[in-house]
Amino acid sequence: MANLALRSLTKSYGSTEVLHGISLDVSDGEFVVFVGPSGCGKSTTLRLIAGLEETTSGIIEIGDREVNNLEPKERDIAMVFQNYAIYPHMSVKKNIAFGLRSSKMPKADKEKRIQEVAGILDMTELLDRKPSQLSGGQRQRVAIGRAMVRDPAVFLFDEPLSNLDAQLRTQMRLEIKRLHQRVGSTIIFVTHDQVEAMTMADRIVIMKDGHIQQVGTPSEVYHKPANTFVARFIGAPSMNLLPASMSGEMICLTGGRQVEVTLKELPSGKDVLVGVRPDDLLPDDVNPVISGKVTVLEPLGPETLIYVETASGEIIAEADGRSPPRVGDTVNLGAGPEHLHVFDAKTGEALT
Amino acid sequence: MSIARQNRLNTYAAHGVLILYTLIALFPVFVIIINSFKTRRAIFREPLAMPNSETFSLIGYETVLNQGDFFLYFQNSMIVTVASLFFILLFGAMAAFALAEYRFKGNLMMGLYLALGIMIPIRIGTVAILELMVQTGLVNTLWALILVYTAQGLPLAVFILSEFMRQVSDDLKNAGRIDGLSEYRIFFRLVLPLVRPAMATVAVFNMIPIWNDLWFPLILAPAEEVKTLTLGSQVFIGQFVTDWNAVLSALSLAILPVMALYVIFSRQLIRGITSGAVK
Repeated sequence: MANLALRSLTKSYGSTEVLHGISLDVSDGEFVVFVGPSGCGKSTTLRLIAGLEETTSGIIEIGDREVNNLEPKERDIAMVFQNYAIYPHMSVKKNIAFGLRSSKMPKADKEKRIQEVAGILDMTELLDRKPSQLSGGQRQRVAIGRAMVRDPAVFLFDEPLSNLDAQLRTQMRLEIKRLHQRVGSTIIFVTHDQVEAMTMADRIVIMKDGHIQQVGTPSEVYHKPANTFVARFIGAPSMNLLPASMSGEMICLTGGRQVEVTLKELPSGKDVLVGVRPDDLLPDDVNPVISGKVTVLEPLGPETLIYVETASGEIIAEADGRSPPRVGDTVNLGAGPEHLHVFDAKTGEALT
Repeated sequence: MSIARQNRLNTYAAHGVLILYTLIALFPVFVIIINSFKTRRAIFREPLAMPNSETFSLIGYETVLNQGDFFLYFQNSMIVTVASLFFILLFGAMAAFALAEYRFKGNLMMGLYLALGIMIPIRIGTVAILELMVQTGLVNTLWALILVYTAQGLPLAVFILSEFMRQVSDDLKNAGRIDGLSEYRIFFRLVLPLVRPAMATVAVFNMIPIWNDLWFPLILAPAEEVKTLTLGSQVFIGQFVTDWNAVLSALSLAILPVMALYVIFSRQLIRGITSGAVK
């Protein structure tokens, strides 16, 4: 187990730079999730940490040791791949034992370790099977077992749950989280699914186009998004962004209503975006922020999502599941000032 | 007419065509084998008749087996075929792995260059090859044949195998790298077992032409002690008189080892071991 540090990491393919100076400190035993849309560089970062690709510039440290010029096997890491990547011609046991191949452990200890890992992952009975006889979830468990058996300093997970069906994904998510609590090792987990990121991470790293957008706990990135990209990416359904402009201290929404929000800094121009999450935007006739016509209803049980056509375009709000408005109704929607996020319209940076 | 009935008719028709084709393909082999068990007179009188108590004779096999060199020919053919296949598969797979796995300058050109040999028959270069073999002193050795057959088989082997190796998941190879395997071990322990069906295909494709070849043994290795089976059988074919019993018996015997090799390889062909490796 060890901490991990990335210092101004860049990666270029030919003349195209895909990572533009990634810096991050991960402390010992932390569960860090890299999340972002495809092509944002999250997998590339992981492959750089693993040593499967060479860094163009910058430093990678694992356990206070610079590993830039070390082979993957010398970095004391283990990786779990999206496609499982278990060796199809070997039994489950041999697959797991493969991680120990190069270790100098006595044979009896190796055997004990394999049994221990199989026990933790609940697959003692599957040890003699071939991968083709296993289900998707079991195969991914084998891959995790092969990674675990070596007791590496850092675990790297490259979208390991993407190939599983929804139910299994939820289950494996929980299993990996439990595993982390039990083993306590440092984990870097890459995913494009923000729900996975929110539910599993100690800290989330949100990436876009080779830049880190924000690093923070799930609660921080949800409640205090650093910019409009993070605001839209985290949370489902995503945050409504309403165009508005500044007039003195007040913010005027398109459609005329004014809201009062204390800003930490002033925007570069007059235009701002006011963000509000659907679950903070509720029918409110007393102190409405915006109003419009209901176009679609999405009942979810406890609450109903309502799509409302307003002067600022279509937005999503939430209504009580028992007495939702009807399609065609005009609704007034309000939100507490503490639930409004203000972003600079030009740069997208948060101002609250 | 029900759909099931129609399907059954289709099945019968398909099988009928296949059976007919099999009969046509196997007919010459069948004729060779039945005639090898007949007297010379019976071969000419009724070539398509089965041997019966009157016409049955092992004279052909006796002639072949009594001619002491026959086992030597057999052995030579076997050595040449197996060694050539071994080198074709080894070097072909290695080249294919390099082409499929590594990004380097001229990768595509190298692939095209290696594939060029598929289109150009090696026999065009016979004179040059003979000169080369004379200069290197390899004439009348089995090595001359093994080298030529390896060269002949490599282009197709590289072409087929590199296509298959591209399909082996990158994640699998990377997993091997993280588990501390060297590139050689990744090649031998991960990739080769996964492309085994393709290797078997290449082996079968190359085996028959090598085993049956008359051209290169005749030119490069006609000496008595390095004669192959096909060349050895020619002693029974004279300019004026041909010992048909012996020729047919020799050919019948020559089928056996090829069949054995084919059975070994085709078992690998059928095995779909990659299933379940990656989803």
